[in-house]
Amino acid sequence: MTREEIFDALIEIVTEINPDEDWSTLTPDESLRGKLESMDFLDVVMEIRKRYGIEVPEADYGKLGTMNSCVDYLFPKLSER
Amino acid sequence: MKSDRERVVITGVGLTAPNGNSLSEFRSNLLNGVSGVVPYSVRYFGETIAGLCNFEATRYQKRKELRVGTRAGSISIYCVNEAIADAGLQLDEDYARNRVGVFIGITEHGNVETENEIYELSKYDYQTKYWSHYHNPRTVANNPAGEVTLNLSLTGPHFTLGAACAAGNLGIVTGVQQVLLGEVDVAFAGGVSESPQTFGIFAAFASQTALASHEDSAKASRPFDMARNGIVVSEGGAIVVLERLDKAKARGAKIYGEIAGWCYNSDASDMVLPNPERQAECMKEAIQRAEMTPRDIDLINTHATGTPMGDVRECQAIAAVFDQACDHTFVNNTKSFIGHCMGAAGALELVGNLPSFDDGIVHPTINVDELDPRCELPGLVLNQPREAGKINAILNNSFGMMGINCVLIVKRFDA
Repeated sequence: MTREEIFDALIEIVTEINPDEDWSTLTPDESLRGKLESMDFLDVVMEIRKRYGIEVPEADYGKLGTMNSCVDYLFPKLSER
Repeated sequence: MKSDRERVVITGVGLTAPNGNSLSEFRSNLLNGVSGVVPYSVRYFGETIAGLCNFEATRYQKRKELRVGTRAGSISIYCVNEAIADAGLQLDEDYARNRVGVFIGITEHGNVETENEIYELSKYDYQTKYWSHYHNPRTVANNPAGEVTLNLSLTGPHFTLGAACAAGNLGIVTGVQQVLLGEVDVAFAGGVSESPQTFGIFAAFASQTALASHEDSAKASRPFDMARNGIVVSEGGAIVVLERLDKAKARGAKIYGEIAGWCYNSDASDMVLPNPERQAECMKEAIQRAEMTPRDIDLINTHATGTPMGDVRECQAIAAVFDQACDHTFVNNTKSFIGHCMGAAGALELVGNLPSFDDGIVHPTINVDELDPRCELPGLVLNQPREAGKINAILNNSFGMMGINCVLIVKRFDA
């Protein structure tokens, strides 16, 4: 997957998790915490596990703060797929 | 003579039933013979029939709330918001949010969520790391009432009442008690059910030979009829606003009726078969506590579910309490229209009859083509509404598995 494809996949995930938010205005470095509550964030982790079989250990949760940091974290794990 | 501070009145009604999403719609359909029972297919079990609600959930909930919450929570939220609107209640202005209580009767809670989650887990070879982190908040017994407090930012007490199919009445009774105890100033109380959303209840009733079937779904729920063959499983909810009379008067509230008396007891005789002696005791005690005699009751709304034995036993109990002198006591049944709404049944069936105080009409029991002679009560209103004149008191029966009985009496309020 390219970085753009990962970004688009993440947008699809967060839109499903919180369909009431307008995700089209999200900037790549904006904190996701403003639009996702703690249980929503666990949904993101669960969706990554379900879709890609990637386990995100709790110690790495802090690396998923923005769309850009999410892509940075997932790209090495998904670039060969 | 009780003071207005010691009297509790119903000042708002919110509901969703298989044949109506407001009291006016529900009442109209009860008077016009409109059933809400439809063909239905449920996972594992297959084709059956059920009473399903089609209320507009997004009227009061965001899409994310619907995704993470429960059907019972959504029904509760809809009904409470509708009841508040109907009562003309302004939260913060009329009542502080920490003085509001939510008390909701449930037959069960968590079966639907758990079965759906196990189904999802099956797609991942039952590896529990894919189990939803929402399982616990969805399945805690207080979930339906708790979802209401989250939706409306209510900080008073909330809990559910697990009382099988007597739960709707018990929810209202508990709300009354909490108001009288001074634990809250206003109660949102009643019952809800999401039972049709999983196969278990259908399969269990089928195994018990107690699940209704009929080629015409609208005719499947037929209490008191010779051809009745069981229960129609339904969902629904009904919540009433309960206030002390002095406070209701002070804010100029519309008053549907006054809580007159109640009783709840246990059969202590069988897990599923009702006991008419205990049911009769429950009715007598409720009437006594209401400072009435059986002759003061103008309308009995029966619990009868359409099972051969259950209907007969309730009729035996009623006959034991209401003798021939009660010649103006009418008897009806709401499940014949909507099936058995389980935890919502008592509350839903009560509120569907409250308009009788105003219109003097008793809605009928439909689908009685051949009355079972063992159910032949003198005042039974069959198939067509009856002009009853002035209705002063309604007695509402609700009985449930494990032998729990709850009888609630509401009387006319004349300003």
